[in-house]
Order: sequence, then structure tokens, then C-alpha cells
Amino acid sequence: MLDGEPLVRWHWLGDHLGYLADLTADHAVIALVPVLLALLLAVPLGLACARFPRLYQPLAAVFNVVYALPSLAVFVVLIPYTGLATRQTVMVPLTCYALAVLLPTAVDGLRAVPEPVRQAATAMGYGPWRRLAAVELPASVPYLIGGLRVAAVSSISLAAVGALVGRGGLGYLFVDGFQRTFPTPILAGIVLVALLALATDLLLVAARRVLAPWERGAAR
Amino acid sequence: MNWLGWLHDFFADPAHRSGPDSIVHRLLEHLAFSAEALGLSALVALPLGLLIGYSGRGLFLVTAVAGVARALPTLGLVTLAVLLAGVGDTAVLLPLTALAAPPMLVAAAEGVRGTDPDVRDAARGIGLTHPQTLLRVCVPAAAPTLLAGVRTASVQVIATATVAAYVGLGGLGRYVIDGLATRDYPTTVGGALLVVLLAVGVQLLFALLIRLAAPPGTRPGPRTRARRTGGAAPLTPTDPANPPALVKDAP
Repeated sequence: MLDGEPLVRWHWLGDHLGYLADLTADHAVIALVPVLLALLLAVPLGLACARFPRLYQPLAAVFNVVYALPSLAVFVVLIPYTGLATRQTVMVPLTCYALAVLLPTAVDGLRAVPEPVRQAATAMGYGPWRRLAAVELPASVPYLIGGLRVAAVSSISLAAVGALVGRGGLGYLFVDGFQRTFPTPILAGIVLVALLALATDLLLVAARRVLAPWERGAAR
Repeated sequence: MNWLGWLHDFFADPAHRSGPDSIVHRLLEHLAFSAEALGLSALVALPLGLLIGYSGRGLFLVTAVAGVARALPTLGLVTLAVLLAGVGDTAVLLPLTALAAPPMLVAAAEGVRGTDPDVRDAARGIGLTHPQTLLRVCVPAAAPTLLAGVRTASVQVIATATVAAYVGLGGLGRYVIDGLATRDYPTTVGGALLVVLLAVGVQLLFALLIRLAAPPGTRPGPRTRARRTGGAAPLTPTDPANPPALVKDAP
């Protein structure tokens, strides 16, 4: 319980602006680099799954199970391989979680190209690679960005749990505030995590407008 | 990297075989606490989601709640709750219950909204009242979606209950947190393994329930296929290739 401790000590926030900025930057790296890695993996895997549908069912099942694994349990299991309080301990599982979200959206996106469009591209003399780059990938951008929004926001909130294994960016504020019975850093951490998630989400929405202008106004 | 040795140390420890720190006791604590949070949450979220989905009003609220809930860090909410409400299980119950609600709310709203409007009209046409249409037609048709929402919520609660061991909650998370604090690696990995097994077990249980809950005629199988080739329109509440995307949610 708080014995006369105010909910927020504003001067603490003022005194620690640089510190909070450093933690936010660290948090962004720990949470978002895995999402980018997952995107790089999801596109080729999605292509393979769209081409060989038999591959998709087992892969989707595996990632469904992976997505359901509690993050703390996965972090601690990785410690002997990646070390205590290292970035990798948190980033490897986050990559898997993000991939679990992105793979189905990549497959959906690639499958969403209507067959006549595909045939039209072929008829215009597009080879498979050029068709992929000019037709299929652009058409799947709205799907991929939809998946990226979910994956990035979840990754940002999950990364905070990493504080319990010594590397959680803004999550450190929760551990610190709890140990000192000091709610100011905890509230600051919650707000900054939410703001980072919001900023990332807005950035992705803006990216969709640029990369898929034909979707403008579509409610997705 | 001696997994067998660690797990042997963990499972052979007499303290983990009987008494308050035994595996069975910790597992039951974890299950009881998760079920309590999930039950309380379902009591509010499911009826509310069903009403929103049926009436089509307040859908923006569902989308907003789901988005905000996904962005909130569980560890932050749990530590804040304990600082504000005092150490104890009741303090932790609050954030856990709150975190379990959004997936169920979304699933209930989306599931009911996704039922075929023609089927609903037919139900009204044969004289069913609105509550009857909702409970006898929409809810059974939406059962798989509803259960998928409850599954997401349970997995979330089990994971958060593990994290909440940090602020003193019992359950399997105790092994993980206490092991980390005392650099007792066998205890940490033993606990983590049990948490993983619990999460996978719950997933499998729900996969089975979802299969059983699918109303006949919507279940993929030879019967449905035969009916489709027979020329009649299949009675599917949702087209699996193109689900009604109210909220693009995580799997």
C-alpha cells in the first residue's frame, strides 16, 4: 500500500526525461526489430505456403501453439542458450510470436490476388518473379500491414515482461517501481508503452496509405 | 545445458512432491485463480459482446477496447494494482479479469454479427422473438467463434498469472520467479516447462471443444461436401474463406 506516496511525482518525471527516452529507445529496438525479422521470414514462408498448400496446415498449427506459449516461460527456457539479461533472450521469442501473426496474413494476402489478375499479368508477358514483385506483393500489402499492426502492438506490450529476465526496456520501470513501492515509474512505463504502441500503429497506417493508395477509405 | 539433470532435480525435490510448494498444489492454485478471473470476465464480456453483435450498436467500442487492451503491458498493470490495492490475490484478480475481457468481447460480437442474415430473418419469420433468435440461432451458430475467444482469453490469463507470481501470486509462476531470484535454474525451467504444458493442454482442450461445438452442417466433412455437390446452398453462418472481419485479431 502507498503510505502517503502520491500517485505521480511530477518532478521525478522531469528529472528523468533522458533516462525515460533511453528506455523507450531500448524498448523500441527489443520489441520492433523482431517484428521486422518476422516480416522478412513471413514473406518467403508465405510464398512457399501459397504455392504448396500442404505445407501451410502443419506450419499454421505449429505457430498457433507457439503463439499460445506464455512469454515468461519461453524467456527463461532460452536463458542457458542466449544468456541472462541479453537482448536475444527476449528478441528470439518475440520474433516467433510476430511470425505466428504474420504468416497467416502473408498467406491470405498472396492468395487474395484474383486468378484473372494473375493470368492478365502472365498474358502481358510477366515472368513469375516480375509478377511477384509487381502484382502479388503489392496486392498483399494491406494484409501484411494489417498483420504488422497486431504483431507490433503485441510485441511492444510483451517486451515489457522481459524485465523479469533482466532485459525489458520500459518494463524495467515496473520492476523498479514495484521494488521501491513507487508508482510514478510504473505509471510512466504504462503510458510510454501505450504511446509507443500508438505511434507505431499510426506509422503503419500511414505506410499503408503510401504503399497501397487504392485502399484509401476502405474500412480495414 | 543439462536439461535432464535440471528436470530430475526439479521433479525429485521432496518440496515439489508434497506440501504448499508441491507441483500439484501450485498447479491447482494456477488453475483456480485463472478460472476465477476468466469466469468473472466472461460474466460481463460475453453477454455484452452478444448484445453488441446482435444489435450492431457499439461495435466501435469493441474495436477500441480490443486495441487498447493489446497495447497495455500486463506486468505494469499487475505491479500497479498491487501497489494501489495492497499485496494479495484480490489485487491481482482485477488486472487479470480486465485483460481476459477484450478477446471474449470481440469474439462474441464478431461471432453473432457473422451469422447469416437470412438465417436470422428466417428465425424471426417463424415467430421467434429477438432474445430467442439470439440464444437459439445466433449463439449456437457462433459457438466456435465464441469458444475461440474464450481460448484466447484463457491463454492470456494463464500467461499473466505466471507473470503475476512476481508480485506474490501463487501458482506455477512461483517456481519461475523464485528460481530466478535464487539463481536456482532447475526450479525455473521446471516451472517454465509446467507452464508451457498447461498452456498447450488448454489449447488442445479448446481445439476439441471447438470441433464439438460446431453446429452440424457447418462442420467440414463428407456430409457437408455431399450436400454441396447436391446443389443446395450450404447452411454456413460464415464463409471460411472470407470471415466477417470486424477486428483483425491475432490467431
